[in-house]
Amino acid sequence: MEVPARLAAVAERLAASLGPHAVLSDPAELRTYECDGLARYAVSPGLVVLPESTEQVAEVVRACRDADLPFVARGSGTGLSGGALPRSDGVLIVTSRMRRILEVDLDAECAVVEPGVINLAISREVSPAHYHYAPDPSSQQICSIGGNVAENSGGAHCLKYGFTAHHVTGLEIVTPDGDVVWLGAGKCRQSTGYDLLGVFIGSEGTLGIATKVVVRLVQTQQCVETILAAFPDMASAGEAVSAIIAAGITPAAIEMMDALSIEAAEQAVDCRYPDGAGAVLIVELDGPADDVAAELAAVTARCEQSGAFELRRAADEYERGEMWKGRKSAFAAVGRISPDYIVQDGVIPRTALPEVLADIAALSERTGIRVANVFHAGDGNLHPLVLYDESVPGQGDAAEEVSGAILDLCIGHGGSITGEHGVGVDKAKHLPKMFTADDLDTMQLVRCAFDPAQRCNPGKVFPTPRLCGEVPRRGTTPHPAQAAGLAEAF
Amino acid sequence: MTALDDLRAVCEARAAQPTDRVADVEPRFVAYPTSTDEVSRVLRAASAHELHVVVRGGGTKLHWGAPPTAADLILDTSRLTGVVEHAAGDLIAVIRAGTPLAEVQRVLGEHGQRLPLDEMLPGATLGGVVATGAAGPLRLRHGTARDQVIGLTVVRADGVVAHSGGKVVKNVAGYDLGRLLTGSYGTLGVLTEIAVKLTPVPAARAYVRRPVRSPGEVRDLSVRLKQERLAPTAMEVECPEPDSLRRPARVPGHPDLMVLLLEGPADGVAARAEKAVQVLGGDARADAEPPEWWGSYPFGPEDVALQVVTPVGQLFGPVYSMRDAARGTGMRIFCSPAAGVLHAAIPGDVDPDRAVEIVNAARTVAMSHGGHCTVLAAPPKIRPELDLWGPVEGIGLMRAVKQEFDPAGRLAPGRFVGGI
Repeated sequence: MEVPARLAAVAERLAASLGPHAVLSDPAELRTYECDGLARYAVSPGLVVLPESTEQVAEVVRACRDADLPFVARGSGTGLSGGALPRSDGVLIVTSRMRRILEVDLDAECAVVEPGVINLAISREVSPAHYHYAPDPSSQQICSIGGNVAENSGGAHCLKYGFTAHHVTGLEIVTPDGDVVWLGAGKCRQSTGYDLLGVFIGSEGTLGIATKVVVRLVQTQQCVETILAAFPDMASAGEAVSAIIAAGITPAAIEMMDALSIEAAEQAVDCRYPDGAGAVLIVELDGPADDVAAELAAVTARCEQSGAFELRRAADEYERGEMWKGRKSAFAAVGRISPDYIVQDGVIPRTALPEVLADIAALSERTGIRVANVFHAGDGNLHPLVLYDESVPGQGDAAEEVSGAILDLCIGHGGSITGEHGVGVDKAKHLPKMFTADDLDTMQLVRCAFDPAQRCNPGKVFPTPRLCGEVPRRGTTPHPAQAAGLAEAF
Repeated sequence: MTALDDLRAVCEARAAQPTDRVADVEPRFVAYPTSTDEVSRVLRAASAHELHVVVRGGGTKLHWGAPPTAADLILDTSRLTGVVEHAAGDLIAVIRAGTPLAEVQRVLGEHGQRLPLDEMLPGATLGGVVATGAAGPLRLRHGTARDQVIGLTVVRADGVVAHSGGKVVKNVAGYDLGRLLTGSYGTLGVLTEIAVKLTPVPAARAYVRRPVRSPGEVRDLSVRLKQERLAPTAMEVECPEPDSLRRPARVPGHPDLMVLLLEGPADGVAARAEKAVQVLGGDARADAEPPEWWGSYPFGPEDVALQVVTPVGQLFGPVYSMRDAARGTGMRIFCSPAAGVLHAAIPGDVDPDRAVEIVNAARTVAMSHGGHCTVLAAPPKIRPELDLWGPVEGIGLMRAVKQEFDPAGRLAPGRFVGGI
């Protein structure tokens, strides 16, 4: 059967088993799902299904298996690497109707939630008891936990608290074959056997679909201090970051913005950062009161020694919110100073910061493409915003080139092409710059174990899929079927 | 060419001796590769001669898990040592797998840093600690090895060298094989280099100790401590035997102990230690040094070694049940209640049926709390009677992963869960 006929058969089967309201096949409705947070790529899905339970997700996956159609899972669609980009020949499984917080267990310091639950909803639920869910991507008001699991999402506070992988202890998944399996240790912190949970988190939806997520809840600290430090330039701010880390302090967060991103934030949200700042740092410290007091004194001294000309300390929650407002709105804010922009995500060793910043500045000068810099400075995670105007001929390509060159800089310094946004479709082509063919082949052994038919989010992460089954053990030799022209790796 | 000749063409190798035995299995050869490349060539040679391979680091946990069904070649990592790179400013290090953990800490300590993993068994290597996922008191704050590994180099059974992760802490490029390999007991590949994230050695430390009488008292004190939010780095309890079970021979003056580790800036630690003493009451006091059992296991190599895991705050039920089942055997329990992990030792000279009863009791109550009980090691007389792991969720996927990584089943066959 041809693809359209198979899609129609699956639509019919699922409308019968899940109810007609769970299946969307009208082209206009399908188009609303054509891209995620990375709008440069758009594909109208073959079919959209909105399951409401684990059993329904399993039924959708089994229908795809039986019809041999690929499927893609999608949460809130805020991902920035195109990980939830649909397939025109496949089914998009949207978890937005799975939004229940199933259980909060404060004794065990955890909660069990459905994948469509919004990240911030968990913290809201447990904040009266002085707990929160620690990973805090900037999109936390809208992004879903299922998406966080797929991407191993971080956030500003992961410097101290770690990523999604450190805060999810158990997952119920639907395997690419349609089986329901638990990975990890449920509410416990330690599991038995291979750490399949650990490899599933961050696999960008290529190993199955999470249907229940057990998250750790973290006790809110006794005391939080947030300071905003203004520096004449990026170099002195970078020096302050190194000095803080060298002093043996692990702040909850250290964020850095350059003059261009400050300008954008001022225009967008009127954040009133100090005038004339070439760079600002936001440093947040948390912990027991006396420890924080000692660290605050040390951080203040390091900032001043490094050339900070103004230091502000948030007096209350309101002022803390004001300080963060500029930083958290930075991505969207550059829309005020540029019609188009690319949000890049790369990582470098923290100590390479001054050198890489100088290289980015040189790159910008050479190409005439402006780059605004926003960083999770504490862990070397850069978010350069590459600004351009699509209406100027050639600028889009030039911006794309600058954006790619920044990744090359990251790799050249021993860093990574993505710290938190994922590889998705956007960076699959860059992955071989970081990993050898054997590395990628070995990673895909896991894929072959979970999804030998490669139906689950195919075409993401890996530039060249591995043919599973009776395969050569060396990634460099072509599969016999490929060599004979019987199969194609694409 | 004989297998030994082929191995000798790669690196130093010798015929095995009785002391090289793995559980009851007598290996034929021992090879000592000094680099990732040599490990790769050793594994290719092993593959050509169809040798089954068991990796040995410090040999401190070689008796953990089930005995391998075959172990022709011991791949000894004692020459695969050294800190390859320590980027102090970036708080990361790249370390060869055979490096003893103590040596790792010494090198890092020169720059005021540490790898926050405990050396639970003296002589353990980093590779061994990662391969078994072994952890100690620091797990409360810092997690286990899976949380410290940011990248690694692994050699597959077929000799192919693969890397995952990298040298930066924040990195989501590609699958995280680091977590998959951590705790895999050498059944998926041979770790050769491991990149880890580091933390500064804290400026000050205090151990607040409080004698305790019962698991119930520990629970009450834990709840009180939690309310104070004192951010302990670790909390360990040499778990109390209920008074009713106490043997009269117990030496007075050695009560069971709850110990809290506080770390941070000097002023902060002092203030928190004072607060902890006040909250804990009783005979609580702050000390600069830990008790002698801190950071060790309750079991020796001859004992049945148990690990029980439950959700945080729910270890007390299992402790009571285990004590009851083990009445009169002299079982020792070290407990990390805030992390939901305990280790227990059943003396190796108990009757095998008795050991089975105790393990079953521990497992039943752990599972009723949503946890599990693992027999980490047991003496040969008792081991065949025991189910070491109990039911393992996801075993089908685990077998599939093993099949992909090591289709010929050459790496430590039978040593891991479900006969993997």
